[in-house]
Amino acid sequence: MSFLKFESLTKKFGDFVAVRDMSLDIEKGEFISLLGPSGCGKTTTLQMVAGLLTPTSGKISLDGKDITETPPNERGLGIVFQTYALFPHMTAIENVSFGLEMRGVAKAERIERASNALEQVKLGQFMNRYPKQMSGGQRQRVALARALVIGPPVLLLDEPLSNLDAKLREEMRLELRILQQDIGVTTVLVTHDQEEALSMSDRIVVMKQGDISQIAAPLELYERPTNTFVSDFVGKTNLLKGEVTDNNQVSVNGIKFEVDTKMHKQGTRIDLSIRPEKFRMSNDKKGQEVRVDASIFLGASWLYSVSSDLGQLFVTQPNTGTAGYSKGDIAWLDWQKGALTLFEEAAS
Amino acid sequence: MSTSQVKKVPYLLTTPGVLFFALLLGAPMVMTFLLSLHSYDFNTGIQTDWTIANYIEVLGDPYFQKIFARTFGLSLLVTVICILIGVPEAYVLSRLSSKWRSIFLLIVLGPLLISVVVRTLGWALFFGGNGVLTMISQALGFGDEPVSLMFTFTGMTIALVHVLVPFMVISVWASLQKIDPQSEDAGLSLGASKMTVLRRITLPQAMPGILSGSIIVFALTASAFATPAIIGGRRLKVVATAAYDEYLSTLNWPLGAAIAVILLLANILIIVSYNKVIERRFANIFE
Repeated sequence: MSFLKFESLTKKFGDFVAVRDMSLDIEKGEFISLLGPSGCGKTTTLQMVAGLLTPTSGKISLDGKDITETPPNERGLGIVFQTYALFPHMTAIENVSFGLEMRGVAKAERIERASNALEQVKLGQFMNRYPKQMSGGQRQRVALARALVIGPPVLLLDEPLSNLDAKLREEMRLELRILQQDIGVTTVLVTHDQEEALSMSDRIVVMKQGDISQIAAPLELYERPTNTFVSDFVGKTNLLKGEVTDNNQVSVNGIKFEVDTKMHKQGTRIDLSIRPEKFRMSNDKKGQEVRVDASIFLGASWLYSVSSDLGQLFVTQPNTGTAGYSKGDIAWLDWQKGALTLFEEAAS
Repeated sequence: MSTSQVKKVPYLLTTPGVLFFALLLGAPMVMTFLLSLHSYDFNTGIQTDWTIANYIEVLGDPYFQKIFARTFGLSLLVTVICILIGVPEAYVLSRLSSKWRSIFLLIVLGPLLISVVVRTLGWALFFGGNGVLTMISQALGFGDEPVSLMFTFTGMTIALVHVLVPFMVISVWASLQKIDPQSEDAGLSLGASKMTVLRRITLPQAMPGILSGSIIVFALTASAFATPAIIGGRRLKVVATAAYDEYLSTLNWPLGAAIAVILLLANILIIVSYNKVIERRFANIFE
């Protein structure tokens, strides 16, 4: 039985439908990400779970109890806001112990539990600092400690890492995931950053204009997206337009590809997706001939922009310690049949 | 431009402003101070001697002490009432939709748009023995006795609060604008009721606005002239009207100047020390 359950959740603002008929079952202890571009309804969904917005229709239940109408201060959920929303007039420990105070925990115990929570996020020596005196990363940890100290059944994270710089963000991803697994708290993360969603989640819910586009575990989502939107939004990909020509063949710009087309009728217009890292680039004249237009060294890998009869393609190749291709070079791209993903072209 | 020329630019740009204030504010203030150090003779006028006798007289005379005490009390009371009225008003204002907010903001600022004399005479019509207040009281059957707030402390307080509340509202509103609305959501999510969020999260964050609004209201009340002159009259003098009377009725300019200087110093002392306390309390918390 699912722990947190959305049933036909809908939220309208006037004529605008922010979330449409969304149903989702989240298991206890699961880390779920709501991923999508801005305006896709992910934050609206989170706010409905938090109780800060009331659904137009539909039901939210937590551990079997209907909480759709429960006010936010009786839900007991832990929330980390995008801006952290720390109380600027309270020190770190006062911020963290606020929720305990509201629960009537005695002062001595509250200080002890708040200190432990701050220790847990490695802020032991910053307890008496005001938010203004702390860095972005430290504030983020205070916000996390404040949300976790009340022992919430569900932790809601609203773009919690988006205000941090790139290096810190990567560290915090790992830390957050480890902490979440240690505590075992059911977590819902809202993010527009696909890397963040891929790296932390058990399952990812990709949303688009108020609808669920796909629900899958990170690897499956990345390897087997079910539509063009997901394949383009999650990770980088090359999207080619083509047509099914034969049983096991599609053609793109007149070039034939061997694929598994049993789902598609002959003549169907299709989008063909291939990820930049699925190519093998070589000089051995196998596959598609391309010319290198741009070459960017990224440390762990090379990123090439190449032109070919298929059109412009992005190619990523691991850095093997030798010099890569440079502008103007001719090379050949090869790929496995399984690296190609086909979608029927969207009706729109 | 060379480096030395570039360095001069800020000075050149501020010169008109500096001259303006030096001429129109600095010079009269220095002259007033010098004037206060002369003695005055009712037959021969202002003397050329140097003395602090005027200061001793103002500070020692129970008549003036009472006036200073009244001014201080009035300023304090007006400030407190402005907080009680202005803070909730600003809070409500900050919660309105932008369309309603501009309408209500105009209403709040209304008193400032009306000339001080017109506004105060309006209050005089309202407060007077045969004014609107009396008519209301008689219509409601509270007896035929005229109800007058003219020349009363209450009347003066009401009229001053009326014109000074906008300063409090705007000051508090500005600091409410800076509050992250998510911090209120955070309070709710941590189990606080809406009242507790208001008391523990919102109000403390509005504190800088309340305090700076208090300074403005206090200073403006302490030096207010027109309203106390018309509503308080001769019977209830405040420091500003007392200085005016020394100048224009008694013609004892040096004594009037001494009163003005003491008011200025008292005002500066109170405001600066109040500001210090605020800074010490909030320096680490708000920028």
